[in-house]
Amino acid sequence: MHPIISVSNVTKKYASGLVALNGVSLDIERGEIFALLGPNGAGKTTLIGIICGIVNASGGTVAVDGHGIGKDYRAARSLIGLVPQELATDTFETVWNTVSFSRGLFGLPPSPAHIAKVLKDLSLLDRRNSKILTLSGGMKRRVMIAKALAHEPQILFLDEPTAGVDVELRKSMWDLIRQLNASGVTIILTTHYIEEAEEMAGRIGVINKGEIVVVEEKAELIRKLGRKQLTLDLQKRLDAIPEGLDGHPLALAADGRQLIYTYDSKSERTGIASLLKDLSEAGIRFKDLSTQQSSLEDIFVGLVSQK
Amino acid sequence: MNWRGVLAIYGFEMARWRRTLMQSVVSPVISTSLYFVVFGSAIGSRIDSIDGVNYGAFIVPGLIMLTLLTNSIANASFGIYFPRFIGTVYEILSAPVSPFEIVLGYVGAAATKSVILGLIILATAGFFVPLQIAHPFWMLLFLVLTAVTFSLFGFLIGIWADNFEKLQAIPLLVITPLTFLGGSFYSIGVLPPFWRKVTLFNPVVYLISGFRWSFYNIADVSVALSLGMTAVFLAICAFLVWRVFKTGYRLKT
Repeated sequence: MHPIISVSNVTKKYASGLVALNGVSLDIERGEIFALLGPNGAGKTTLIGIICGIVNASGGTVAVDGHGIGKDYRAARSLIGLVPQELATDTFETVWNTVSFSRGLFGLPPSPAHIAKVLKDLSLLDRRNSKILTLSGGMKRRVMIAKALAHEPQILFLDEPTAGVDVELRKSMWDLIRQLNASGVTIILTTHYIEEAEEMAGRIGVINKGEIVVVEEKAELIRKLGRKQLTLDLQKRLDAIPEGLDGHPLALAADGRQLIYTYDSKSERTGIASLLKDLSEAGIRFKDLSTQQSSLEDIFVGLVSQK
Repeated sequence: MNWRGVLAIYGFEMARWRRTLMQSVVSPVISTSLYFVVFGSAIGSRIDSIDGVNYGAFIVPGLIMLTLLTNSIANASFGIYFPRFIGTVYEILSAPVSPFEIVLGYVGAAATKSVILGLIILATAGFFVPLQIAHPFWMLLFLVLTAVTFSLFGFLIGIWADNFEKLQAIPLLVITPLTFLGGSFYSIGVLPPFWRKVTLFNPVVYLISGFRWSFYNIADVSVALSLGMTAVFLAICAFLVWRVFKTGYRLKT
């Protein structure tokens, strides 16, 4: 099956001369949750803008379910729901009207049942006759999601969906996204909260300075690029790392009561055996040890700072 | 054609109008009534009739045009400027609606409001002065053509403007003076020959003259010329709007 979105060699140079995207190619698979990660200004929003028709690309092509976004823009856009990063709502409209407007705009006949369902899923149903003006920030964010879902899209773009959203609401939004995904909607979310990508995504793409740095299955990415840490709880406190252990990448932690050894889990030789041998020769005894897989955040920082 | 999309935009714009009915309908009606009281009754009673038409009645077409132009521009420019300003324009741009459909929705709504307003003012005028409409069909045609043309023009201003000051500048600094100098309150025949020539460069002269002809059968310039100039201005605005969408000017980055 062909990818639901196919981005090929897309570039974007703004009039100011800023190159926001530099030859980006990316395939989004049908039915997946894809997280696009990158620091501020990496080009995430620009890329989404191009796919959705808000930004004109300087070069390259994009196809949505086989429909080119240029000539065949109606078919392409009909499939997409977009929730942009900035809160932008029609202040004086009611929740119900603004969501119904979105459905009409996409050319669909009115469906009070569908609108009611979307509002219910987003816990907005009892506020349906409220003016958006009177809603809290978190509710406005949900109104924007409701608008994007009004036309029953197959693809949902969420640009920083949980920026400025409290923890509880974030969790309920994640649940909603999972539900949508389970019903067959392909989800593309951008975030700079690693936690969010780690929690939600099946695949992760990292973008930095307008280029895709890596696209990988989440677990694979963590496994491949993951560094592991071995933590040794010492019997006796150390003031400094003894001389005989200089060759190992060691750090002292917990006020000298822990030694932390960082290694690459994918390399053939992790160096653990020789470390343990050197430790015993230096007379350093430990009472416990544990290993930890580094988080996506560590990987991300590593990738971005390499560039 | 995504007719439902057009209707959504059109309906949204008309709803905005209904929400601000006081400001959109009542205030132009009051200000026009004041014109009738001041120019028509107080001052007009001391002015001879022009080309056989009572002065109060003579200014009716000009006053309707004045309202039509300012309101078409204000409605259409605000209609597209505000979504750009608050950011909700993203939705229009990412929806499966063509530029033509977007314009049809926004400009159609703005023109509808102006035509309704024009008719309300016409009815209001009936309370103050004796009215006659010699050519009702042409009167409506001029009304609709002008409303559409200046709504397109307003749409352009709403796209060009990147702050509220610019949004106000063209109506205030260009349209209002042109309308006042375009023969709203006088026949350009009363001007000295030199100024009469200068006035012919004012496009509003042709609108008012043609419109007045449809009421009283009197015109400053030929009716064909009036209609022609209106059509030319309509074509220019339509072309510029087409260019805006072609290039993405101020709408897409």
